[in-house]
Amino acid sequence: MDELNKMFENLARLEIDHVYAGYGNNLILEDLTFQVPHGGQVAVVGPNGAGKSTLFKVLVGLLPLKKGNIFIHGLPLGAHQDCVAYVPQRGDVDWKFPVTVRDVVMMGRYGRLGWLTRPGEKDHQIVAECIHQLGVSKLANQPIGELSGGQQQRVFLARALAQQPHILLMDEPFTGVDISTQEVALNLLEELHKQGVTVLVSTHDLNMAAERFELVLLLNRKVIAFGPPTEVLTPERIKIAFGGKVLFIHGAAVVDECCPPEEQDNFGARS
Amino acid sequence: MIDLLLSPLSYAFMQRGMAAAILVGILCSVVGCYVVLRSMAFLGDAVAHAILPGVAIAYLLDGNLTVGALLAAILVGLGIGFLTRQGNVKEDTAIGILFTAALALGVALISTIRTYAVDLSHILFGNILGVSSGDLWLTIGLSVIVLGSVILLFKPLLIISFDPVLAATLRLPIGLLNNLLMILLAFTIVIALQTVGIGLVAAMLVTPPATAYLLTRRMAPMMFFSALIGIFSSVVGLYLSFYYNIASGAAIVLTATFLFVLAFLFAPGRGVISQKAHKSRVLRG
Repeated sequence: MDELNKMFENLARLEIDHVYAGYGNNLILEDLTFQVPHGGQVAVVGPNGAGKSTLFKVLVGLLPLKKGNIFIHGLPLGAHQDCVAYVPQRGDVDWKFPVTVRDVVMMGRYGRLGWLTRPGEKDHQIVAECIHQLGVSKLANQPIGELSGGQQQRVFLARALAQQPHILLMDEPFTGVDISTQEVALNLLEELHKQGVTVLVSTHDLNMAAERFELVLLLNRKVIAFGPPTEVLTPERIKIAFGGKVLFIHGAAVVDECCPPEEQDNFGARS
Repeated sequence: MIDLLLSPLSYAFMQRGMAAAILVGILCSVVGCYVVLRSMAFLGDAVAHAILPGVAIAYLLDGNLTVGALLAAILVGLGIGFLTRQGNVKEDTAIGILFTAALALGVALISTIRTYAVDLSHILFGNILGVSSGDLWLTIGLSVIVLGSVILLFKPLLIISFDPVLAATLRLPIGLLNNLLMILLAFTIVIALQTVGIGLVAAMLVTPPATAYLLTRRMAPMMFFSALIGIFSSVVGLYLSFYYNIASGAAIVLTATFLFVLAFLFAPGRGVISQKAHKSRVLRG
């Protein structure tokens, strides 16, 4: 185990070091410490209110740390302008805004372009590829307001891809979308794996976490366990994380909660 | 016909008025796109009313009325932003408190002045034919600043307006950009006061962009069409004002409103009639 830890440290691209975070006086994450190696794909699993979304908001800079450190490539959070991309549960945007699918995906390039440069040939090419990869090419010139929920989710995934991030955070990408969008999201994970992108995905689907991910972070305000699914997703540990809300049927864990409630979200007030 | 259009322009005051009207039409319509998309119409109206104390103080100190208006507009706009950010007052409440306070202060100051009637009525209702060449140069200068900023900062302003979460992950200075937009709005409102006056500024900020929104599907074309509608309304309104002796601001706003009604009814895809036709086609299968 020590050797494994050492190996992780050498390769670690994302280090969470004794992190505390929350809203106002309400502490949600307590003393989180774990490291994700280069290109690791992590399923973040835990009950509602465990702090999955909070963890992502902290990682992307939407919520300040109360205590602790986060290092990306050994540098503190914020030192890199555009290496973390974030796909929220459902984009909290004005769906009637006059932007097309292509416009939204192009926004993923803005971080690299800077304020004044216009998108070039290469940017248009990357945007077209990302749109194609998520299967929304036919909708490229449609206003986003005219898309279905699953299609909108794909557009936001395409935008995150266009950011060419080193670390991609996806909050419940498999929840409340159609089967084909789920499939597209899973294929995307495989593609990102090939490209060596580090991915954190929150999900409450324990079976998907066990089957499709090499690492699982079992979270309930604190790290309950972190490591390969076979080590982490044991009945005892799942019970610790989920309390009475989990059933074991023929060895498969079933969680007794379907849809995460709307997370408290103080961010994004327009003024 | 051509004579009908050209003869008013033989007067120098009419030439200056036309130039100012066109600039105001462009500026309000472009900045107004953000006002419409970010639901800032109440804010725009409030800032327009809140300039009154600035004008009154400038008048009392024998200073430049436009500069007084500009300072008041910026102060009130930033004040509203500051109050809202403290988190215990909602934005529309903050607007309601600050703008009525500023308006009351303006009325209080003006009531102490005996001979205010002529000059200040221009601020209230606009007086496009009284635009001096100094006013026109100021208008040109501020227009260049505002339009230049909107063009140069198109991308960051688009992101903070459409998706504040992405803006934060890209580490854009959101507060700074919001304040900048506020200042651009203040500039625009003060320029627009010359042509349409306090009461009708909000119409110029809202009506042409709302019309353009019905006709376009992307941000840049929306701004372009909005500007065309703003220019058209200003020019037509000014001619109506000249020949039928109507107050210029009212004529301009009514022209813009007429165009909005046309778009609301007939816009392809988004207009009421086109949507009705679409529904009945769907029903008939």
